[in-house]
Amino acid sequence: MSDTQTMAATRRIPAPAINNESKPFWDAAQEGRFLIKRCGDCGKAHWYPRVICPYCFSLNTKWEESPGEGVIYTFSVMFHTNVPYAIGYVNLNEGPAVLTNFVGCDLSALAIGQKVKVRFQETEGGPPVPVFGPI
Amino acid sequence: MSIKGKAYIGGVFEHPTREAIGYSTPQLHAECAKGALEDAGLSKDDVDGYFCAGDAPGFGAMSMADYMGLKLRHMDSTETGGSSYILHVGHAAEAIAAGKCSVALVTLAGRPRSMRGGGMGGGRGPGGPPGGGFSDVPEAGFENIYGGSTHNTYGMCAARHMYEYGTTSEQLAWIKVAASHHAQWNEHAMLREVVTVEEVLASPMIATPLHRMDCCVISDGGGAVIVVSPEVAKSLNRPKVKIIGAGEAPKGPRGGNDLDLTYSGAVWSGPAAFEEAGVKPADMKYASIYDSFTITVLMQIEDLGFCKKGEGGKFVADGNLISGVGKLPFNTDGGGLCNNHPTNRGGITKVIEAVRQLRGEAHPKVQVPNCDLAIAHGTGGSLGTRHGAATVIMEREA
Repeated sequence: MSDTQTMAATRRIPAPAINNESKPFWDAAQEGRFLIKRCGDCGKAHWYPRVICPYCFSLNTKWEESPGEGVIYTFSVMFHTNVPYAIGYVNLNEGPAVLTNFVGCDLSALAIGQKVKVRFQETEGGPPVPVFGPI
Repeated sequence: MSIKGKAYIGGVFEHPTREAIGYSTPQLHAECAKGALEDAGLSKDDVDGYFCAGDAPGFGAMSMADYMGLKLRHMDSTETGGSSYILHVGHAAEAIAAGKCSVALVTLAGRPRSMRGGGMGGGRGPGGPPGGGFSDVPEAGFENIYGGSTHNTYGMCAARHMYEYGTTSEQLAWIKVAASHHAQWNEHAMLREVVTVEEVLASPMIATPLHRMDCCVISDGGGAVIVVSPEVAKSLNRPKVKIIGAGEAPKGPRGGNDLDLTYSGAVWSGPAAFEEAGVKPADMKYASIYDSFTITVLMQIEDLGFCKKGEGGKFVADGNLISGVGKLPFNTDGGGLCNNHPTNRGGITKVIEAVRQLRGEAHPKVQVPNCDLAIAHGTGGSLGTRHGAATVIMEREA
């Protein structure tokens, strides 16, 4: 494949650690759905998902399916490793920033402000995890 | 000074659960916090001090502070087992008596009963297992899977700083160049060779935009500090280095809205320390600034107020950090970038070199003349995720 050198090789991702609080997120991820949490009282969305709202301390937080679209806030391409990969934050259209990997693209062409969308990547023995790629 | 009469109990809460099936441990901590705040008639945003022990999942007090969205100016994660929380009440009273916080939250929570036979909940460690299985460290499942390291999470900060302020790799390189100028005189330094901006830029890319020479060394080693009362200090046959101000603050995404990786917790810990000391950044004759990476130094110099936000690149360029050359001599032992970084924690060596400067015991080639005021500042954890900032200002007493 001529373009394997410019396209990001796939870094193997370990299974995510799961607890009672995060389990609904990972159950939805199995179905390819990307969930975020929003507070029913102050109305703010937050990330990573919590039972309690980190803004107003209300326990009235609700899961909400998100299209998983946003822009790259920042990123770093890691070369101190066997397979280079990009880690960074996406500012979701709903507000919160999400730490993630950027995949399926030329790592040298990534840019702050670039529009990206969520997709799910298989893990080693766990549910798939959200990663982002250019729209 | 005594704590007697200086602090009160404002609220308490005992969680009714005895078998918290379906809960996470962070959630239990937060529900306890909520209950005690409601008992007191206070809100989360009134809390400015947080105390927790080994049952709090995550990295010291920082994971739970971030989980709960706390904005703090004092924190303490002293661990003495089951007595920790009684000790914390005493420590909280001391902190309040000293004006370090006014509303202190102490939490305990755990689930040994509902977790029987299962994975261990809670416990310390920087984010739980690297992948898979169970972890009650709240951010673990959502962060540890992405290959975050110190290099690339600080790289993310540098990339955004460059994007917003036009900071350049050449400017960052000047920080390493200055450190190397100092390290050449330190016989214990790991990297004693003076380097140039060009050599820094030519070193291999580690995590964009940081090159190998933007990174600190990995070293063994250690250090210790003795803090004494004025009476003891008087009895010692050593120059008097007086502690005149201190500040601290954690910073994290706290829910992810308005994420800004271009500044650190030094924006809070610095002003608190300067105010207590009654001095200004411009009064400092010497600065020990944590240098895990070049970008760490640049951001902290801005945040502490040595220059305006965004102008750190210009400030550090052209040797401005070199002792005898520039306006702000920094890390005259060579710092983490060239000297050492014992057990990946650079805070104690920052205090030690500041003390050497104040005593007039730094290497003659890097000793700042008449060094009577110095700052030691650091951030631990990661500027790219969650970290704790700490500042100490010291004065040589004649």
